[in-house]
Amino acid sequence: MSVPPFALRPPAPRTTGPEGPVTVAPGVTWIGALDPGLRSFDVILKTSNGTTYNSYLVRGSEGVAVIDTVKAEFTGAFFKRFEESASYDEIRYIVLNHLEPDHTGAVPELVRRAPQAEILLSPRGLPMLRALLGAEFDNAKVRPVTTGHSADLGDRKLDFINTPYVHWPDTQCTWLADARVLFTCDLFGSHFCDGRLFEDQVDDFRLAFDNYFDRIMRPFRSFVTSALDKIEPLDFAVLAPAHGPILRSAPRDWLARTRLLATPRRKADSAEKVLLIFYVSAYGSTAQLAQAIHDGAEEEPGVRVSLFDLEGSDISPFLDLIEEADGIALGTPTINGDAVRTVWDMLARLVDIETKGKLGAAFGSYGWSGEAVRLVEARLQGLKMRLPEPGLRVKLHPSPEELEEGRAFGRRLAQQLTGTAAPREIDFAELAAR
Amino acid sequence: MEKATLTFTDVSITVNVPPGTRIIEMSEKVGSGITYGCREGECGTCLTHVVEGAENLSEPSALEMRVLSENLAGSDDRLACQCRVLGGNVKVRPG
Repeated sequence: MSVPPFALRPPAPRTTGPEGPVTVAPGVTWIGALDPGLRSFDVILKTSNGTTYNSYLVRGSEGVAVIDTVKAEFTGAFFKRFEESASYDEIRYIVLNHLEPDHTGAVPELVRRAPQAEILLSPRGLPMLRALLGAEFDNAKVRPVTTGHSADLGDRKLDFINTPYVHWPDTQCTWLADARVLFTCDLFGSHFCDGRLFEDQVDDFRLAFDNYFDRIMRPFRSFVTSALDKIEPLDFAVLAPAHGPILRSAPRDWLARTRLLATPRRKADSAEKVLLIFYVSAYGSTAQLAQAIHDGAEEEPGVRVSLFDLEGSDISPFLDLIEEADGIALGTPTINGDAVRTVWDMLARLVDIETKGKLGAAFGSYGWSGEAVRLVEARLQGLKMRLPEPGLRVKLHPSPEELEEGRAFGRRLAQQLTGTAAPREIDFAELAAR
Repeated sequence: MEKATLTFTDVSITVNVPPGTRIIEMSEKVGSGITYGCREGECGTCLTHVVEGAENLSEPSALEMRVLSENLAGSDDRLACQCRVLGGNVKVRPG
């Protein structure tokens, strides 16, 4: 029988999802929620396919464990699926692999309904749990756990693996050895809502997987690599993240993909230290300074120096370069008492990559007040970079002497990278005046 | 007045400081990678590794002890926003 053209089509299974809980492995059940309408996550990430909040229930001979919960708006769906799987007095543990609100929205109510449950989380999660539970924290049974700790469910146990900064300080993974399931919370996650849940059944989510890594995990790529090193020896059959498809048909492929994504996009091609100099120039003065700094730095053996006009490119390719660089110097004129827009755009994007510990420096020409250099320095410090050299500022056009100072500035930056910079001693009073 | 020095190894700078100076007061000014978050001994952002001279620092308060413990800090780690240089020579780097 043909279907008339005006007949309503049933909703796609990717948006309706399962009615009740879903078996992931023997004694392991998905009790999460679907959020197909989400289009922006945490303000920082577009989510054209929505997302899921994956929560899991693990049943043992002596009780059950709930692993992570859902965003607050989806508490109803979570409790409905939970109640179809277990009763509240059976809950022995509530495992919080990560305390971001999209995983802990149901926790306060769950703790009220199951006051006997022991809450297991990494020590770094304690401040967040205090904030989440408020006055109820003191009444809750809380046990910080880390690598080497486990939780007994009678005929099976949960083991904990401390994997900090993927992508919060508190993140950890939970390993259910007998079922070979690793609960990874945000690691291996993707914002992709498909109610069929498993990666061998859902639509193509590879783009969402990569995009999730780039926006959420990339700023912590070295921590991701450390986490993968800890996880890889496990004989896992299922990677159960807290967002997106559950990875069960080729979990090692997804681990390999994550390791590749965590590798710098522009890996350095030599042992030389890399110093990148970026600038924007209104009248050519800051450009002249940039060139002088470049020339001075180039005199230092073992340092590869490169110069870029920020207005000549999109910012994204520069981020790939900076990610693997040892240091950056950023030049900006002062216009209307501020650094220029292009420079702020670059500084805003630096949060997308790992910058901690890199060398940073600022320089620029100015007309009246010259605030831009100090403002850029403050931002670079906020990105946890080290700034051993106070910024270089020049009023109007640099004189030959000022260009020589620019070259000396460049040499000193390069020496900071090679470790040949002369130690300096500064008096407190001089520093206080800065 | 007794003298004290505080060396930030990540920027190769030594500051002559009055005893009682908090590490965070100097680390920002010399451009060290020891930076702060809350500045109230809560977040652990300013975790600092003491390379030398731990005995010349103030004793950790109960708050600092708790935050160090929760951050799984090593025995040579301190919070720059909490501890003070009491005298002698101290060398630190970002934790």
